[in-house]
Amino acid sequence: MSTTTTTPAGRGFRFDLRSLAPFLALAVLIVVGALLNPNFLTADNLLNVATRSAFIAIIAVGATFVITAGGLDLSVGSMSGFVAGAMILLMNAAPVVDGHGMIALAMVAAVGLGALCGLGNGLVTTVGRIEPFIVTLGTMGIFRGLLIWLAEGGSIAMKAPDLRALYRPVYFGTVFGVPVPILVILAVGALGAFVLYRTAFGRHVRAVGSSEEVARYSGISVDRVRTLTYVIQGVCVAVAVLVYVPRLGSATSTTGLLWELQAITAVVVGGTALRGGVGRIWGTICGALILEVVGNVMTLSNLVSEYLISAVQGAIIIIAMLVQRSLLRRPGGS
Amino acid sequence: MTAAPAPIPASFEGPLLSVQGLGKSFGPVAVLQDIAFDVRPGEVHAVIGENGAGKSTLMKILAGHLAPSAGTLAMHGAPLRLAGPVDAERHGIVLVHQEILLAPHLTVAENLFLGREQRRGLALDDRAMNAKAAEAVRALGAEIDPTAVVAQLSIARRQLVQIARALLVPHSLVIFDEPTASLTPIETDALLAVIRDIRAKGVAVLYVSHRLPEVKTIADRVTVLRDGRLIGTHEAAALEPLDMARMMVGRDMANLYPPRTPAPASEPVLEVKAMTVPGYAQDASFTLRRGEILGFAGLVGAGRTELLEGVLGLRPGHGEIRRAGKPARFATVRDSMAAGIVYLSEDRKGKGLLLAQDLRINLTLAALKRFTRGPVIDTAKEWAELDKAIAAFDVRTRRKDLLAGQLSGGNQQKLLLGKMMLLEPEIVVIDEPTRGIDIGTKQQIYSFIAELAAQGKSVIVISSEMQELIGLCHRILVMRSGRIVGEVAGDAMTEDEIVTYATGVRTTNPAERPAGEA
Repeated sequence: MSTTTTTPAGRGFRFDLRSLAPFLALAVLIVVGALLNPNFLTADNLLNVATRSAFIAIIAVGATFVITAGGLDLSVGSMSGFVAGAMILLMNAAPVVDGHGMIALAMVAAVGLGALCGLGNGLVTTVGRIEPFIVTLGTMGIFRGLLIWLAEGGSIAMKAPDLRALYRPVYFGTVFGVPVPILVILAVGALGAFVLYRTAFGRHVRAVGSSEEVARYSGISVDRVRTLTYVIQGVCVAVAVLVYVPRLGSATSTTGLLWELQAITAVVVGGTALRGGVGRIWGTICGALILEVVGNVMTLSNLVSEYLISAVQGAIIIIAMLVQRSLLRRPGGS
Repeated sequence: MTAAPAPIPASFEGPLLSVQGLGKSFGPVAVLQDIAFDVRPGEVHAVIGENGAGKSTLMKILAGHLAPSAGTLAMHGAPLRLAGPVDAERHGIVLVHQEILLAPHLTVAENLFLGREQRRGLALDDRAMNAKAAEAVRALGAEIDPTAVVAQLSIARRQLVQIARALLVPHSLVIFDEPTASLTPIETDALLAVIRDIRAKGVAVLYVSHRLPEVKTIADRVTVLRDGRLIGTHEAAALEPLDMARMMVGRDMANLYPPRTPAPASEPVLEVKAMTVPGYAQDASFTLRRGEILGFAGLVGAGRTELLEGVLGLRPGHGEIRRAGKPARFATVRDSMAAGIVYLSEDRKGKGLLLAQDLRINLTLAALKRFTRGPVIDTAKEWAELDKAIAAFDVRTRRKDLLAGQLSGGNQQKLLLGKMMLLEPEIVVIDEPTRGIDIGTKQQIYSFIAELAAQGKSVIVISSEMQELIGLCHRILVMRSGRIVGEVAGDAMTEDEIVTYATGVRTTNPAERPAGEA
């Protein structure tokens, strides 16, 4: 009632600051990077950084959906490794002789497998009524185990050199000078933003994350919406894998290790609320860029050992939560 | 119990607390202006006003939760500046909150002593705390096991625990903010007795409520606020509830309920036979006719909400349902919505509206299909619909991009009505339509319900306010312990009649045994 403690002007100001914060942070980081090392601010280096952020950025777009709907997926890193391993094994089996046909088939199969993995996460979470934290902690182990089993403890490499050459441009190629992975980030981001902000499904995702009960009483199939967010997450993982496989042409037992930490960090840094209801796709992509830029600046500057990158990323997610907490004070929050 | 009133200087005989020229602004918005009144020891002083009149803000200032922008407080004649709620408690001012603020998984005693636990050495002295908790609750005239977990208590008992917790602090002024909003008449009477006991000990009580008959019974003096200003302080004996309402609203409130229309003898639109919702309702049968307003009365916990939720597919249940004569099955709420039935939950904040989302998103959420082209939402159409709904339902909002949580309770209910009416239902089920809503908005909601019925739609009203059901409905079903135990219509619709069914004095249900419950 009349005890709202923020003025309209105050709310607008905070709202803007919240959605702008990740972009401001990125700008500050770039300035810092440029001051520390003149090589940082070259087109080559920046394109390189953006290209390398592709895996996490694409996966994190999916994570934005899951988290906006009030869920969580810890299995994305293992899932990436598993899908990559399975995809390479399929290409090595070469059921299709034509190179282009083979790659297309492998891509479709990878996306299908990713969607299936996501569907599994979603159904166990919703139908089984188990906390997503537990479910995806379990599948994280399962996917990792399957990858190690497929790789027999070692690595899975693409065998056919001609197929490798044919697939290479998906990571190393450029269109009008822009590396393909960057284009994929933009495409996935644009599609994600369209679905989340402009479609009825996206509205339902935000409603479910805001209040499951209100959504249910409004006639929304909460379980269906939640499950679909995990499927989207699985598809995003698969798309990231499509870009990842041509980079090294192999998958190992450690492929995708700690990617879940990076993906969730990117989402949180981007301004999406972990308790659900608010999702920021472009913020997420900015968050993935921030992680990669931090790593790049660390490598270029020798200020901090680059072996500490994981520690720094872990610190970033905690700092981002603290910042969100202080920006998020708003009416009805207490 | 051990709570002794804060010491009163022997020389001073004036009011306990006096308020002079008090004002409060949030930015440019003045919520309270120039409020002046006093509270005497040993009186129940009611503060009434519509939602948005500034009652809660005033109480929060008196309890130290907010600092005033202007004016002064004085206690026993000495100026009083409160640094915060803890400081207010040190001065003997305690606030019993409107919402139940207890940790549901802790026991009664653990809640009572939360943050002020008694220790023996390093360990908690549970035995002493349990004994004191039992004593504190007994002092309020109730027997509650101090080791019972709060989540297992009824709302009324939780409220008693909350009051006991507040009264553990030595106090000379107790503020009750709408304490009876979720209580049944019997529970309300019990609470009023508790308040009389507190008054008898020479403690001052500030009592905020919407329920004017209740104010009339309990209060010694009444202060009326309207739009953040003081209208006046009066002896309660000199005021009738209707006078209070007139002062609150600033206009005549004689016609709170819409004119009565004859009960329609039209065809049934919804027939429910032998509906059972496990754990809540057994073997309930009823019929709703076209153009009828059907009431469901009963005590809180009688299973009214659960029965209707079971019928509409919101919770598991089984029974025979006919919609417009044809057999129907509502597995989920989507099925009942598709059959033209909507349900407005009593829990507006938890089940009705997304408090953290804006008005537009809330308005169109249930009927989003009407605002899409393919998968894409037409936001312009949504904004246009919001304009229409704001006008049609008289939603009072400063700005259209506010969050639903920033609206007052009455305006939230209007928004929820607008949201559900977008589904163009034939049958509307409204649970506690005016809970926590000021009298002016109540009148609007009543006339809206009557208008729906006049248009040939059918309405089911679940309410704990018997006056409301009697004033509004063609027919009232009374539930007790999960069964429909009586039906009253026409001139038989009196509070006495309903209460005899609701409390089990009388029953028309053969499955119901007349005497007590297990």
